[in-house]
Amino acid sequence: MRDKTIRPIVLVLLPLLLVTATASPAPLRISEDQKIVHVLNRIGFGARPGDVERVLKIGIPAYIEEQLHPERLTDTLADDRVIDLNSLTMSRSKLLEQFPDPQQLARQLGIRNPNQNKNAADPNAAPADQRKQAKARAELQEYMVENKLQRPPQLLQQLISNRIIRGVYSERQLQEVMTDFWFNHFNVYWDKGADRWLTTDYEMNVIRPRTMGKFKDLLLATAQSPAMLFYLDNHLSSAPTPAVEALRKRANANNNKRTPGINENYARELMELHTLGVDGGYTQKDVTEVARALTGWTIDQPKVNGTFVFRPQMHDRGEKTVLGQRIPANGGIQDGTRVIEILANHPSTARFISTKLVRRFVSDNPPQALVDKVAATYRKTDGDISEMLRTIFYSEEFNSPESYGQKMKSPFEYVVSSIRTLGGDTGGNQQIGRAIGQMGQALYQYQAPTGFPDRADFWTSDGALVARLNFAVTLTSGRIPDTRVSLNGFKDAQAAALYLGSPDFQKR
Amino acid sequence: MSQSRRFFLKSSGLAMASFAAVPSFLVRTAMAQGTTASKDRPILIAIFQRGAADGISVVPPFGDRNYSKARPQIAVPAPSRSAAETAIDLDGFFGLHPSLSPLKSIYDEGHLAVVHAVGSPDNTRSHFDAQDYMEAGAPGNKGLPDGWLNRYLQGAGKADATAFRAIALDAKMPRTLMGAAPALALAKIQDFDVRGGNPKQAASGDVYAAFEAMWHNSTFDAMKMLKNANPQRFQPENGARYPNGQFGQSLLQMSQLIKADIGLEVGFLDIGGWDTHANQAGQLTQRLREYGEGLSAFYRDLGDRMRNVVVLTMTEFGRTIKQNGSGGTDHGHASALFVMGGPVKGGKVYGKWPGLAPEQLYEGRDLALTTDFRDVFSELLKKHMRAADTAKVFPGWQPGQALGIL
Repeated sequence: MRDKTIRPIVLVLLPLLLVTATASPAPLRISEDQKIVHVLNRIGFGARPGDVERVLKIGIPAYIEEQLHPERLTDTLADDRVIDLNSLTMSRSKLLEQFPDPQQLARQLGIRNPNQNKNAADPNAAPADQRKQAKARAELQEYMVENKLQRPPQLLQQLISNRIIRGVYSERQLQEVMTDFWFNHFNVYWDKGADRWLTTDYEMNVIRPRTMGKFKDLLLATAQSPAMLFYLDNHLSSAPTPAVEALRKRANANNNKRTPGINENYARELMELHTLGVDGGYTQKDVTEVARALTGWTIDQPKVNGTFVFRPQMHDRGEKTVLGQRIPANGGIQDGTRVIEILANHPSTARFISTKLVRRFVSDNPPQALVDKVAATYRKTDGDISEMLRTIFYSEEFNSPESYGQKMKSPFEYVVSSIRTLGGDTGGNQQIGRAIGQMGQALYQYQAPTGFPDRADFWTSDGALVARLNFAVTLTSGRIPDTRVSLNGFKDAQAAALYLGSPDFQKR
Repeated sequence: MSQSRRFFLKSSGLAMASFAAVPSFLVRTAMAQGTTASKDRPILIAIFQRGAADGISVVPPFGDRNYSKARPQIAVPAPSRSAAETAIDLDGFFGLHPSLSPLKSIYDEGHLAVVHAVGSPDNTRSHFDAQDYMEAGAPGNKGLPDGWLNRYLQGAGKADATAFRAIALDAKMPRTLMGAAPALALAKIQDFDVRGGNPKQAASGDVYAAFEAMWHNSTFDAMKMLKNANPQRFQPENGARYPNGQFGQSLLQMSQLIKADIGLEVGFLDIGGWDTHANQAGQLTQRLREYGEGLSAFYRDLGDRMRNVVVLTMTEFGRTIKQNGSGGTDHGHASALFVMGGPVKGGKVYGKWPGLAPEQLYEGRDLALTTDFRDVFSELLKKHMRAADTAKVFPGWQPGQALGIL
């Protein structure tokens, strides 16, 4: 794969399985089936056996409406499958209790030097020290087992399993696609400090309930989420006032690395990545002003409970001007909500969000006419996400044959659609998450706030191709624990592997 | 090859002293004719520090009295024998961050150069635009489809080029290497093979052949070539110890690919974690330790082979001169980079120092730029990689006078 897209040498693979294999080859029928396959590929993660027939029966518009209202769909199968993922429904404090930071726990228990070297016992340590380390690790392990405590990486694993299982089983396919989309748009990095314990709540209670509501509600919820406040450092941003200094000194008696002041990190990414876009018309001055407005938006005890709190002592009370709009002095918490409002109502935001949605659902090169239409819907409906989606799904561009099969599947889409197309069953084994990572999409672990780029060239390295082929072989030969697929319609497992590994199947 | 080796005692922070060989590329001109062509091929390894590394912490200008003023808590202290964790003196004005101690001897041997106040003239403070500009080699231009390293490869076509001529050790192809010239991207050597779930077991011949028929041959050619060369048989030499973690492992693999003589000319890898908006001092202490240990291990490991290898580091921009309210720094402008290798005229900090007084700062807050990154990159391509011309590599850019790093 030398070029930017995967160019198939053999376009159509062995005619082993086509959804239409048993149907009559009348052109009209094929075209209708193609349309259905297209909708199932773009609105969801591809067809499971029987899906095409079902949509054929109820019609594409009815299917789209169904998907735009996930709350009307029962989802027992998926819900049942994730029931063992106990961290997903825990409160933040319970989660910290059940999945404690091992280092912190060891300190609390008075166990010394349990595991200084994260990767293994330190080979440089003297033998006596190594023995001590081993003993301390065993002691900690014993305590954790006795008290049924788990380690934080399990939280990550449960999040990944949940995504895989719901992607495979959920009737609410669009809801899963939009969860993936918005989490990536408002990306946080699981491995950054307290975000290990905050990301679960972020996905379950901030992103998932707001995937198809008003954009401004989602924006505000992320702005006030402990996960985002921590990830982009706004929880530390404060006015440089003496009152704050005293507060800091108390809080960080042994941390003299700070003098109070603003932190621009969130303010900049809020405009560049979450709302206006980098060419959306803001200046460095706007970044500073937004940061001032958001001072005091912080987290109460990130490592104990972690809830949003507004601290007036940290807030810059002066007047601000954001994108030409004056925010009068002494606005308190309202300064921040005013900023969110200004940004959500800005035409650049309508354009930027529309572009990203069209890129996701239609093409790597979003057609300008459709972007304009979707942006108009945004402005007309006060940023109603489901209305924007409706505009896309019924558009000429979405339904044009030129857009069929032209989007490269992300590794997550590839893996989930593979299991779905073979009518598979899975418990979301960690080997699947690891495979997705090898293909270049380690879920919840993209360090930069951009999230994964949504373009074919990002997914098409030689290494990623080899990882995809390996997954095809492993899955079809039944070597992934907890995961089974049906080979119905294929000669054998190899034929199924070739189907999943074919150039065509990499696209949606 | 007859080589004069001298040994010296190394004691960089390790409890046990160990011996390491000093590369003997001091005699490279005498040797050049006697070695095989493939081993004399110039090699360039580009390393991107993603997230905007703070140049004035990496190479602190402790001699500028405004430095500690702007950063009362997080400035790297001037060198001092009595205190620990102070800058390592380079020339009485600049120092290295204390975590970079493994690099000091390479600097002293004359094979590590620093360029300071270097970067991109574009005023963006967006990581993603700035990375894009630097990787494209064209600040302010979003229209270029390919990266500067790829355009270099396009212009320097070689009849004997292999699939491993250009490689990124990454699951994705970096922007720098995207373009018409063939390049490979893979995260780990050991994963680059079609298997059936069991690492020891190859996929059955049928599946393998069928995949090969439906995909580009180049991927499969590279796979076979790698299997035959088996680069992983090369263990670190000369006492080199790579740090744990992805950066160290990628450098080790890069060294293995070089030793395997499979035609590597251009290598790329990146290291994240430089976006230090909060608690910068602690973060950089860790990050720079891994960084310095990695670069130093690579240099030691390759030993004599460093005579035709140059490592070039880069970062999208620097950070604010003043510390912010969280013991960190926000997005700035110019930063510092390293050039390391046999052909490098090191032991020197290159570039004009713009000063840190308030009126000397870029837009009143950042380190001003005195060297455009394209000047450094052009010099490297011309003098090390023997590129005839870099006008197409850096469109619209007329390189200024060479700094004389090579």
